[in-house]
Amino acid sequence: MDALARSNFIGKEAQPDAARPWIFTRPTAKTGIVSWLTTVDHKRIGLLYGMSALFFFLVGGVEALMIRIQLAVPNNTFVSHAVYNELFTMHATTMIFLAVMPLSAAFFNYIMPLQIGARDVAFPRLNGFAYWVFLAGAIILNVGWFMRSGAPDIGWFGYAPLTSKAFSNQFASDVSTDLWIMGLQILGVSSIIGSLNFIVTIINLRAPGMTMMRMPVFTWMTLVTAFLIILSFPAITIALVELMMDRSFDTNFFEVSKGGLPILWQHLFWVFGHPEVYILILPAMGIISEILPTFSRKPLFGYPIVVFSGACIGFLGFGVWSHHMFTTGMGTVATAAFALMTMAIAVPTGVKIFNWIGTLWGGHLSMRTPMMFALGFVWMFMMGGFSGIMHSAAPADSQQQDSYFVVAHFHYVLIGGSVFALLAGIHYWFPLVFGRKVSELWGKLSFWVIFIGFNTTFFPMHFLGLNGMPRRTAVYDGNMGWNTPNFIATVGAFILAVGIGIYFAVMIYTYFKGEKAGRDPWDGRTLEWSLPNPPPEYNYAVIPTIHARDAYWYEKHHRDEIARENAEHAQAEASHGGIHMPSQSWFPLVTALGLLGGGLCFGCKDAINATMSGWGMTGHNFGILFAIGFGVMVFLGALLWALEAPGGYHVHAEEEKH
Amino acid sequence: MPQQAQCHFGRRSSAAPRGNHYRTLAESPWVFRETSPFGFGENPIAAAFVGARSEFIVPGVNGASGSIFHPQSAEAHAIAHLFTITLIICAVIFAVVLGLVVYSLVRFRGREGEADPEQIAGNKKVEIVWTIIPMIIVGVLFALTVQAMQVSDPPLETKPDLVVIGHQWWWEIRYPNTGIVTANEIHIPVGKQLSIRLDTADVLHEFWVPQLTRKMTTVPLLGNHVWMEARKSGVYEGVCSEFCGTQHAWMRFQVVAEPQEQYDAWVRNQQRKAPETATVAAARRGWRLFNDMTCVNCHAIQGTPARGTAGPDLTHLASRRTLGSVIVPNTPENLRRWLADPQQVKPGVKMPNFKLTDEQVSDLVEYLGSLK
Repeated sequence: MDALARSNFIGKEAQPDAARPWIFTRPTAKTGIVSWLTTVDHKRIGLLYGMSALFFFLVGGVEALMIRIQLAVPNNTFVSHAVYNELFTMHATTMIFLAVMPLSAAFFNYIMPLQIGARDVAFPRLNGFAYWVFLAGAIILNVGWFMRSGAPDIGWFGYAPLTSKAFSNQFASDVSTDLWIMGLQILGVSSIIGSLNFIVTIINLRAPGMTMMRMPVFTWMTLVTAFLIILSFPAITIALVELMMDRSFDTNFFEVSKGGLPILWQHLFWVFGHPEVYILILPAMGIISEILPTFSRKPLFGYPIVVFSGACIGFLGFGVWSHHMFTTGMGTVATAAFALMTMAIAVPTGVKIFNWIGTLWGGHLSMRTPMMFALGFVWMFMMGGFSGIMHSAAPADSQQQDSYFVVAHFHYVLIGGSVFALLAGIHYWFPLVFGRKVSELWGKLSFWVIFIGFNTTFFPMHFLGLNGMPRRTAVYDGNMGWNTPNFIATVGAFILAVGIGIYFAVMIYTYFKGEKAGRDPWDGRTLEWSLPNPPPEYNYAVIPTIHARDAYWYEKHHRDEIARENAEHAQAEASHGGIHMPSQSWFPLVTALGLLGGGLCFGCKDAINATMSGWGMTGHNFGILFAIGFGVMVFLGALLWALEAPGGYHVHAEEEKH
Repeated sequence: MPQQAQCHFGRRSSAAPRGNHYRTLAESPWVFRETSPFGFGENPIAAAFVGARSEFIVPGVNGASGSIFHPQSAEAHAIAHLFTITLIICAVIFAVVLGLVVYSLVRFRGREGEADPEQIAGNKKVEIVWTIIPMIIVGVLFALTVQAMQVSDPPLETKPDLVVIGHQWWWEIRYPNTGIVTANEIHIPVGKQLSIRLDTADVLHEFWVPQLTRKMTTVPLLGNHVWMEARKSGVYEGVCSEFCGTQHAWMRFQVVAEPQEQYDAWVRNQQRKAPETATVAAARRGWRLFNDMTCVNCHAIQGTPARGTAGPDLTHLASRRTLGSVIVPNTPENLRRWLADPQQVKPGVKMPNFKLTDEQVSDLVEYLGSLK
């Protein structure tokens, strides 16, 4: 039998190992704080990612509101120039690395294994580690707010040579830039670990019959995004290591006076930075490709083309980085080449949009809240896409670059695109994850307030940019013709904030008091909807066999065949001792704590050394010594992780009640 | 100060004055920078509504200063033209696609109790059509881009008419042909295409005069060039558009385009060296202060021993329109505020507070005011 041969867990019963010292035994708590700290369950890790991302979404949102208050009127003094620079640096860094990316990661973690019929990801402990490392990086990035140095203030792009000690340190032991460097490096570790895990999971743990071309598009986009991450993050890691060496050990990668090349930073940064844009948008496109078919009651139009164009966007995304550098004087040939490559991306993107319309065409559309957000995505993402095409015309970009036109463009892509899709996804999968359904009235109300607030904020910025307002200016004069659009944008930002507030207030209410949702509330098409909600720890009582692209839709129309198969598989699995589950572990958390301490000490070494010498202790680089201490903790954490008991246990799925 | 420039302030000189578009420099609201207890600048609501009346009737059409829709050079014109065409192409596609979405929303709305729609998975012909059409559009767009690049692309390395050097946070302007050195104020003759070489003394800056020239980053050692030309006389606003540190927002400059005779007169004036001795007693005391304090370490005054290069050349400070990189008008009161505490006028500026007495400030203002 096929399912037997390819069963995901053929293992021996784990032997209870009484001889091991306690440190090598695996924790077993199923509830309470310990169960969360040691969890290896992809669904719990997904929730942790989601909650952290939403927290930082809130932080980044407050930063955005402060920026908009400052810019509401000309020559405002709400915050100083220096604080303003910290705000826009941290707003961008937070929203990209700590809000949108981890929110996508939350969906990857929670939904992707369910969509391919797996019981967990390939490396459950590594999955937990990726989350805790993410949290460590997030803390290091933000810790500056509570220090004398303040938060990083060099822009999220950190262009050399402004990042050198000579230009970015406001006083000798200013460590804000060092913390930014350490935080981003550690976040890169987390992203790469998580992505490798997803790739291995998607390649190896698909249920029998789930061929690559039967995978849901969201899973496909997870795969493409994971490849983008493992290929692009090394570039920024190299750049960050070089910068760290420049700042810590006086190397000369970007030091002009010693022959360094500041422009090298830009190339390395954007070789990462442009694929990063697709890392943010491809998961969103995946979510949209799930929602539109469900609420049109039709399969996705042109599935192979949608998948292929997603992959194509990923490939092309690596060949367009220099369109961020059209104004650095690259020369005519390079400029023309990158302009052409950039325009080329419009083709697969356009094809995706056409296929989504093809999905709507001839369907029976049901205008539920997730569908509203999805359609809002199509519209708003198109707006952002078109201003993107305007940038790709290099001479036009030489006027738009670094102006508010660009600010409008990428907020249309990132809020109108990514965030709308993620909000759609939260609404869509909420009944599956929490077993309750969000009220349609409040859901739709939040959609309209967000939609209006978003457009009121960002549409006027197109005009500001074309009228010459540069980005990243803490103040502007009242006689430039920029007053009204700026004031409108600020009003819009508050409307947007109210909309987001309604959205999440309703979510919290629903979590506690919402209407209970039955199984498969949307009449879904993909496998995850076959599960009871919330899904049990082991996901699938019986690993399903896949016969068609919209697997669950097929199942619903071939119940007898599926029931017969499932009975066979259940029997086969029972003969192996039941469902095999991985054990929890402390060591992902311990190892990540080592990284947190090490990153903090290395990042703050100048401040630590200054403090120590204040106490009369000099002669050693204490910051680095402490960091080495935490490095030992990382090493020991990984070592003990390797040596702990193999763990694993079997469960027997209860009879499901319908 | 050229009179024409004063009253037009970066706007089209041919248009008749409309409402309060045509403020002179002295009337401009930047004069007020007092801090209110609520953390707002001067009367925020009033400011917003004044803006609503005068400046946002139709953005980009009313001649707001710095709009790329009012190009005054061949280069800026080519760029504006390309942008407009791209905008039209995009708008048409957008309208068609959005129309299709709206049509499907109306036409294919589901009803209760309907049977499932036909489960169509795709259509090869349609896919080919909607792949090829965008490819053709991209081809057209690329051809237009290359065409515009021929006009708007920076000149190859030529002998520059002007060298502009970005500093944190001001602009040094050098005229290699006449030896003039000035700051934050570029004078050019109307109707001449000039080649500008861009350099930086520290970090990356970006040179941008929306109506006259494209953006270009000042990259250390790279020596970028741009064209600049003004077809009409007037004062054009320029900014640094690459984030360059604390005072990035206040790293501005102005381009004063004048008819050839006025420009020549300006050149002749700028070429004069500063007088060896001042005639007024206060100014003489000011000059001694300038020499005795560390001013000379950073600032140069041609014709005197002051040779510093870290700060702006002050040889003809009094002839300039603004102070502090176009943040306040160049008046004795503002100069006094600046000297009393530069950090208060421009927080983070590299010039320290010398804690001068009132008397010292008056003497220095008198001396610097004599440098016409």
